[in-house]
Amino acid sequence: MYTIVQQRPDSIYDLFERKDGDQHVTHYCPGCGHGVIHKMIAECLDDLGVQDRTILVSPVGCSVFAYYYFDVGNVQAPHGRAPAVATGIKRSRPGSIVLSYQGDGDLAAIGGNEILHAANRGEDITVFFVNNAIYGMTGGQMAPTSLLGQKTTTSPFGRTLQNEGYPMRVCELLAALEAPVYLERTAIFDSKNNMRTRKAIRKAIQNQIDGLGFSLVEILSPCPTIWKMTPQDARKWLNENMIPYYKPGVYRDKTAPPTKSIVTLQAASGSSSAASEAGQTPATKVPADNAVEPSSPPPAPSRRTARKEVPLVEVPSLLGIRATERPGETSGSAALLGNYNERSRFFDSTVSPAPPRSEAGFFPSTVPEKYQNPQIKIAGFGGQGVLLLGEVLAESGMLSGYRVSWLPSYGPEMRGGTAHCHVRLSQHEIGSPLVSRPTILLSLNKPSLLKFLPEATPGALIIYNSSLIDEPPVRDDIETVPLSATEIAEKIGSPKVANMVMIGGLMARTHLLSKETVFAAIDALVKNQALIELNRRAIEAGMQAVLELEAVLQS
Amino acid sequence: MSKELIKGNEAIVKAAILAGCRAYFGYPITPASEIAEAAAYYFPTVGGTFLQAESEVASINMIYGASSAGLRCMTGSSGPGISLMQEGISYLAGSELPCVIADIMRGGPGLGNIGPEQGDYNQMVKGGGHGNYHNIVLAPNSAQEMCDLTILAFELADKYRNPAVVLADGYIGQMMEPVDFPETAQEAPVKDWAARGDAATRKNVITSIYLSHEALEQHELRLAEKYRRIRESEVRYEAYQVSDAEIVLVGYGIVSRVLKSAVDMARHYGIRAGLFRPITLFPFPTQQLAEISMSTERFLTVELSDGQLVDDVRLAISRRHPCDFYSRMGGCVPSTEEVFDVIRSTISHPAECNEAMAVPMGLHAV
Repeated sequence: MYTIVQQRPDSIYDLFERKDGDQHVTHYCPGCGHGVIHKMIAECLDDLGVQDRTILVSPVGCSVFAYYYFDVGNVQAPHGRAPAVATGIKRSRPGSIVLSYQGDGDLAAIGGNEILHAANRGEDITVFFVNNAIYGMTGGQMAPTSLLGQKTTTSPFGRTLQNEGYPMRVCELLAALEAPVYLERTAIFDSKNNMRTRKAIRKAIQNQIDGLGFSLVEILSPCPTIWKMTPQDARKWLNENMIPYYKPGVYRDKTAPPTKSIVTLQAASGSSSAASEAGQTPATKVPADNAVEPSSPPPAPSRRTARKEVPLVEVPSLLGIRATERPGETSGSAALLGNYNERSRFFDSTVSPAPPRSEAGFFPSTVPEKYQNPQIKIAGFGGQGVLLLGEVLAESGMLSGYRVSWLPSYGPEMRGGTAHCHVRLSQHEIGSPLVSRPTILLSLNKPSLLKFLPEATPGALIIYNSSLIDEPPVRDDIETVPLSATEIAEKIGSPKVANMVMIGGLMARTHLLSKETVFAAIDALVKNQALIELNRRAIEAGMQAVLELEAVLQS
Repeated sequence: MSKELIKGNEAIVKAAILAGCRAYFGYPITPASEIAEAAAYYFPTVGGTFLQAESEVASINMIYGASSAGLRCMTGSSGPGISLMQEGISYLAGSELPCVIADIMRGGPGLGNIGPEQGDYNQMVKGGGHGNYHNIVLAPNSAQEMCDLTILAFELADKYRNPAVVLADGYIGQMMEPVDFPETAQEAPVKDWAARGDAATRKNVITSIYLSHEALEQHELRLAEKYRRIRESEVRYEAYQVSDAEIVLVGYGIVSRVLKSAVDMARHYGIRAGLFRPITLFPFPTQQLAEISMSTERFLTVELSDGQLVDDVRLAISRRHPCDFYSRMGGCVPSTEEVFDVIRSTISHPAECNEAMAVPMGLHAV
């Protein structure tokens, strides 16, 4: 008869089957803090009943193999990126408990940006930051947390202020941010501090269960092998050297009632080693200027967990995709699969047929042949609505049944410089969407006319904004139509609709686009109802102006 | 059929959501920013996650997390951002995590400019991160294909548990064309290998570390076998007017559109030109190109980079014929007329590996 009084927690495997060699013991060295911390975390997961929900993100460092031991979902992350990986997991599975387990090189050096921003976003994750002031796994190189004077393989003469700067205090750094709800530094070296660590771990996980936000526990932890000490000496060294610089304590607790403005901080033991040798670090009550802020409001309920559930059938309409009536077609999953498989079967034939050549009568008979299949370039100042002008042509071209493409100039030049775009309306499949030799040029200002006039093909149609272009284009092999677009637009109510006046001019001259399709295009592209009306009037005025001009020329 | 006039970049986002993607993590960069902007609007609308990360390093690692958790997820960027993602992409490949990455290529090494270029070919198709791995790389040449190939990218990524890339240039991203979207939305598959934070997946481990040399070699051999299967089954390409061609042009993305027009122009003037367009860049259609080289002797590769694609073309056909090469860079895209001139010039010269890059005035002399 016997009674089990101590056993491994459920969240730790009994046998480490993922590990080579002896599967009864961990790969951690005697006296290392990781084993103790692992056990504390696992016991806590058991106690809180969240083993199944937990996903542990392990770092690069000695604890890269945390998945040997933890019987929870495990994801191993690139060096320093665990907070970003944890963010991706938590946002994807808001109901899971996501733990990021990181060392000092991982978190404070290469992963500095990731931890800072995860904390600043208030990610609903729990971070265990194991600080042993050294790179352990790679053999003892300097960490951002190595102490001044500490000799490492990459600071062989000791860390100096001049060369490497001050050791980084992570809790203090993160306490400057508004979002974290809980930041505490503890240590592994005696039973009292170990108990505090256990308590902090539990609280940090409980916070996530409660959906409170970002929690981090920094745990000062001995590394006897790399420090080249016995486990006993390592504990002593931690107490005498790390504790004075990295003061244990609560650096943030927004989970506590606002009245608790005093917290217990471990006093620096400094050089007085008597107390610490006896394992008795004196604890004193100090005002916590870096701890609980009484003025801070209690944390809001987690903003992550409430996610809108959208039924699949509603998704296309939310994307603005209009359903087509297809009478007699099967619906449901079979149709769905057919639809997608069709798209996946991509061009497995070796030779495509040539595209159909010109189909007579594709363009309305009112469109003179020279204006059919136009390659249009539109150019002007940024801010003249050049791109929108092109979009309206392309949209209404599409509604007219033509093949269309619209290609903008993009980037900084849109803000103040010149802007242009290429539009093609075609009865054939459109090869190059670039209009290098325009058959129609719509020019809204002088620099753009000078720039693009030489590109125009012989016989090209040039409609230019004569309000801003005082000299007509000089070429005897082109057709030119002056249109005082800006003046006409001003008369209607705004110089901004000069672009629509140009469209009206193009429509009157070429008959490529009907008023019906252009108005429909404007309805689709312009959100403001008042502007829609103004645009329509501008288009009609542009048409009128060109018709009047033609009447004058014919008489 | 109801079509929507839409930018390629925005089409990617709608297609991703229709394909069951519910998590987007990214960082803005021209000329890919419309992807992040559209994602910021549409992902929350359908109950998904959009998060603007602090960097591309973080965004690709958020993808690593979301994919580990079993979601269909994606990010988008352009050259400089893609460079920052390479570490994460190597980890995704090593851990066999599916995801979709859209790369809307811009100009130059360093900051370069925001014009269209194809200089990310090597870093996306050949690797770019450390170690032995491949991305599946799809190269759309229209807004419609930005939609269709994004959907395909999600399917292939999950089928092979591998990152899939939609590799487009600034023009394909910025251009608006009518797109016919699927009218039904897909349910993302349930992934039993993922760490979903439940009892069923508690035993799962997502990792790329294999401490023993033999174990890692086995892992890499398994990956190599996967890439062999991808090469065998997933090649896609378009061949246009090649059966009787005296010269076959090779190009992808925006270039292939110009080449198609140039083929038509050449045929109009009596030159029997054809076009071969790889749609999958990995796997590259090596075999198909080799077959065409049985009947055609002259090849001309045109790309917006300094000779990245042409390497693969030459590998495919080099035993038989040389391949001429014409390149524009820095945001310059050759016009149809310019390519036509290059075709005329090429066929009037003896077959050898002629090269011409960034010729002043845009006109080419071999």
